[in-house]
Amino acid sequence: MHELWSSFRVFFSSLKLTVVLLVLSIILVFWATIAQVRLGVWGVQEHFFRTFFVLSKLPGTEIPIPVFPGGYFIGGLLLLNLTAAHFARFALKWGKSGIALTHLGLVILLIGELLSGLWQEEYSLRLDEGQTKNYSESFRLSELALIDTTDAQFDDVFVVPEKLLARGRAVTHPPLPFRIVPKAYYPNASLQMRSPATAPNPSLATQGIGLQVTTTPLALTYKMDERNLPAAYVELIAPEGSLGTWLVSEQLAEPQTFTHAGRTWSIALRLQRHYKPYSLTLVNFSHDRYAGTEIPKNFSSRIRLTTPDGRDDREVLIYMNNPLRYAGLTFYQAGFDNNDRTTVLQVVRNPSWLLPYVACVLMSAGLLIQFGISLFAFVARRRALPTA
Amino acid sequence: MKRYIPFLALLLGIAYLVSAFRDKADDSGRDLAGFGRLPVLANGRIKPLDTIARSSLLQLQGRQRVSDPAVAAPYAANPSAWLADVLFSPERADTYPTFRIDSPELLTLMGLMEAETKITYDSGLKHTFAILGFLPSTRSRFSFKQLEPRLTELERQSQLAAPVAAQTRTPFQRAVIQLYGNIRHYLELKHMVVMPGSADFLSELMRFQEGLPAGIAAVRARQAGQGYDQQAFQTIMELAPRYDFMGGATSILAIPPADPVAAPAAWKTAGNAILDTIQTGSLSPAVMAYAGLAHAWRNHRTDQFNKIVELYGAELSRRLPAAMSKTGAETRFNAIDPFDRSLKLFSLVFLLGIVSWLKFPEVLGRSAFWLMVLAFAATTAGIATRMWLEGRPPVTNLYSSALFVGWGAVGLCLLLEAIYQNAIGSVAAGLIGFGTLLIAHHLSLGGDTLEMMRAVLDSNFWLATHVVVITIGYAATFLAGFLALIYIVRGVFTPSLDQATADALNRMVYGIVCFATLFSLIGTVLGGIWADQSWGRFWGWDPKENGALIIVLWNAIILHARWGGLVKPRGMMMLAVFGNIVTSWSWFGTNMLGIGLHSYGFMDAAFWWLSAFIVSQLAFIAVAALPLARWRSFADQTAKGTL
Repeated sequence: MHELWSSFRVFFSSLKLTVVLLVLSIILVFWATIAQVRLGVWGVQEHFFRTFFVLSKLPGTEIPIPVFPGGYFIGGLLLLNLTAAHFARFALKWGKSGIALTHLGLVILLIGELLSGLWQEEYSLRLDEGQTKNYSESFRLSELALIDTTDAQFDDVFVVPEKLLARGRAVTHPPLPFRIVPKAYYPNASLQMRSPATAPNPSLATQGIGLQVTTTPLALTYKMDERNLPAAYVELIAPEGSLGTWLVSEQLAEPQTFTHAGRTWSIALRLQRHYKPYSLTLVNFSHDRYAGTEIPKNFSSRIRLTTPDGRDDREVLIYMNNPLRYAGLTFYQAGFDNNDRTTVLQVVRNPSWLLPYVACVLMSAGLLIQFGISLFAFVARRRALPTA
Repeated sequence: MKRYIPFLALLLGIAYLVSAFRDKADDSGRDLAGFGRLPVLANGRIKPLDTIARSSLLQLQGRQRVSDPAVAAPYAANPSAWLADVLFSPERADTYPTFRIDSPELLTLMGLMEAETKITYDSGLKHTFAILGFLPSTRSRFSFKQLEPRLTELERQSQLAAPVAAQTRTPFQRAVIQLYGNIRHYLELKHMVVMPGSADFLSELMRFQEGLPAGIAAVRARQAGQGYDQQAFQTIMELAPRYDFMGGATSILAIPPADPVAAPAAWKTAGNAILDTIQTGSLSPAVMAYAGLAHAWRNHRTDQFNKIVELYGAELSRRLPAAMSKTGAETRFNAIDPFDRSLKLFSLVFLLGIVSWLKFPEVLGRSAFWLMVLAFAATTAGIATRMWLEGRPPVTNLYSSALFVGWGAVGLCLLLEAIYQNAIGSVAAGLIGFGTLLIAHHLSLGGDTLEMMRAVLDSNFWLATHVVVITIGYAATFLAGFLALIYIVRGVFTPSLDQATADALNRMVYGIVCFATLFSLIGTVLGGIWADQSWGRFWGWDPKENGALIIVLWNAIILHARWGGLVKPRGMMMLAVFGNIVTSWSWFGTNMLGIGLHSYGFMDAAFWWLSAFIVSQLAFIAVAALPLARWRSFADQTAKGTL
C-alpha cells in the first residue's frame, strides 16, 4: 500500500508529467486555434477547453469517442501535478521562493479560468437612440415566451428554454392553463412563404402565421458573422382540448396572439432574456472617424441609468476601453448599427474577475525574484573569474 | 595598428550613415525637397507629399525607383519628382511603368503580350547577361497608358471578384482586386490638386473666379425667370461640375483649413475647396499655389516652381507650424531611411562575425561589435522618430512589430556580446536584425506604415505595456532559437565548437529562454488584463491570445525539461529552435488563419515564406538529431570517450 502510494506520489509530482502536460496543452491550444475557422470561438471553447475530452464522431456514425484530453482534463492534472510537486519537492528556501510564488500564481490563474468557465455569462444589449431596456439578451440561446397580456398594467411572462423544446417532451407548469407540447424543433431553419407548388403537404401549424409559411431546416453554422435561427412547432393543450399548433421562430418579428379562457396571450420564440432591476436608455450614440477616412476613431454611447427606487438616475458614457461596471456586470461598447443610431453593448458577468490580477502579480514577482537571483549569481561568478 | 581597425570600421560605418544626411540635389535645380515637405491630410494623418510619393510607389510597384530595365535613365529623379509628374503632367506620368503585374492570367486579361513583356537590350553584353539569367528578360511593370484600353474589363472582373470572401479568392482574383485598387489609388493621386486633362489649370481657375459674380447673378436671374447673361451662365455651369467631380475623385485632402486654430481637421480636397469659391468669392491660396506649381512644372519654369514652393511653404510654416515641423522631419527621415541602411550594416555585422571565427577573431570580432552598436543606434533613432511622428508607443501594427522584434533581439545580443566577446552575439544580431528588417520592408509594400489606430486599440497605456512587453518576449524567444542554430551549425558542420564555446552558448540560450519566459508570460497576462479592463473578460481563446499562450507554454517546457534533466544541451538547442517555429506561427500564422485553411489561401506569398521558414527550422532540428559522433566538433571527443 505504501509502495503504491509513493509511486503514485512520484508520478504525480514528476517534472516529466509537467512537460508532457505542457506539450499536450500546446497541442490542444494549437488544434483549437485551427479549428476556430470551422467552429467559431464559442464552439471551440465547448469542444476543446470546457470539457474533459475532445470528442470526435466515429467516421460514418454519430457515436462520439474521446480522441484527446480536453481543457479540464489537462488543466486539472496540471493543478494536481503542481500541488503534488510543491509538497513533494519544494522546500521553504529563499532561493526557491520565486518558483513557489510563480507556481502559486499559476494555480490561481488556472482556478480563475475554471471558475470563469463555469460562472461567466455574456449577453448583448441593443439600444436604439431613445430606447429603454431593462434586460439584455443571450447571444445564442433562445426561449419560448408565453405572455399573458390581458392586464394593461403588467404582463405575466412564462418562458421555456430552447433546450426543453429540443428535447421534445411536453412542458407543464401549474400557473399556466395549458401544456406546451413541442411537435418539431429545428436548431437552424429558414422560413419561406408557403405556395402549393413548393409545399404540397399541409403545414404542421394549425394557428397563426405558420399556416402560410414553410420551414426549411439548415445546417448549423459556427461562423462569427452568422447565427443559427431556431424554429419550432408547438402545440398548446388545455385540459379541455388542444388550442392548436403554432409555428414560432426568431425570424418572426412580431409575437402571435390568441385568446384562451377570456385572457389574451402572445407566443414567440425570442433570444433568451436576462432581466435587471434597473434600466438603460440610449441618450445618444456618436461615432467619429479620422478626417477623410472610414477608420473609426472612437464610438461612444451616452446612456441614462435608472433604478425603479430612484436611487440611481444618472448619465454614463461608455466607449472603447472604458466600460460601465454596475451591479456585478460590465457593459462595454461592442458595436453599432442602423446608420449610427443603434448601439450594441456587450454585457459580461464574471464573478471571478479578480483572480487573474492576483495571479499576475504573484507570477511576475516570482519570475523576477527567481531570474534575478540567477542573474546575480551569474554576475558574481563572472566577477570571480580571473580575466583571461 | 591592429588596434585601430575596429575603430576604423566604426568610423566608416558612421560615415555611411551620415552620408544620408546630405541633400541629394536634383540635377535640374528644382526644389523637390521643398515640394516633398508640403503637407496633406491622407488616411487620417497629416503627412508630407514625399511620404505619399514613396508609399504610393511601394504600393503600386514594390519599389521607389521609377525605371525600366531597357531604358538607361530613370523616368523620375526621385519619388517626389514622380509625384509632381502625376499631379501636374499626368499625361507624362501615364507613360511611366509604375504598375506591377505578376499574374500571367492578369497580363493576358490586360492585353499585355510578349511584345510588351519581353525586354530587348540594346547592348550585346546585357543581352548575353539576360540570356544567362543575370538580368531580367521579361518586365513586370507597366504604364497606365498600357493598361488604359482594358480598364473597363478590369473593373468588371474586380466586381466579379469583390463578393468572394477575401480568403477564398483565387490568385487571379486577388491580382485583379489588387491592380484595380492600385489604379484607383493612382487616379486619386491624379485628381489631388489639379484637374487632369486641363491644359492650363491656372488660367482656367482664374476664368472661373472672374466669371463668378456674373455667373452667380445669371443663375439667380434664371431661377427667378428673368433675363440673364448667357455667356456667364454657361461658364459657371460648365466648370462647377468639373470641380465637383474632381472633389469626389480623391480622398486626399490637400487644402489646409482656412482657420487651423478653430477647426484643425477641416482639410478639404482641392475640388471641394474650389467649389467653396462660390460662397467665398475668392480662390483659396493653397489651390492657387498648386495651380501655379502645375503651370510652372508643365512649362519647365524652375525659377517659378521654386519660388511658389518657397512662398507656399513659408505661408504654411506660419499658419501650421507644428504640422510643418513634423512633415519636415518625416521627409528627412524618409530620405535617410535608417532601416534600409541598418539592414545593410547588419548583413556586414553577420559576415564579419562569421569570418572572425575562422580568422582574426580579435580584430574582426571587435569590428562586428562596433558596427552592431552603430546599426542598433540607427534603428533606435528610427523607431524613436516614428514614435515622435505618431505620438504612440513603438509597436502599433505588424510593420512596427517587425522593427521592434529586431530591435529587442539586437539589444539583447549587445548585452551577450559585451559579456562573452566571442562574436556569437554579433552573428545572431546580424541574422535577426537583417531578417526582421527584411520582413519589415516587405510589410511596408502595403502602403504608409504610420497608420491611424482603430478605436479598439486606441489606448497608449496598454500599447506601451502589453504590446511592448509581449513583443520583447517574441524577440527573446527568436534570439534563443537563433543562438541554438549557431550551436547546431557550428557543432555539426565545423570543428569550431570547442567546449568553452559550447558551454557559453548553453548558458546564453538558457538565460535568454528565462528572459523570454518572463516577458512572454507577463505580456500575455497583461493582455488578459487589458481584455478584462475593456471587455470584462480576461481570456477569450482568440487566435492571437492562443498564439501568445503557446509561446509561454513552449518556453516553460524548455525550462522544465532542463530542470528535470530530460534534455541535455543538445536537446535544449533543438527545443529552442522549435521555439522559432512557435514564435513565427504566433506572430504571423495566427493572422493567416482565415486563409491557411482554404485551398487557394495557400497561394499567399507570406504563407509560403512562413512554411519555408518552418520547414528549414525542422531541417535544423533533424540535423541536430544526428548522433554526437557525427558532429564535427565532437567527433574527436566522442572517439576519445571524453564526452
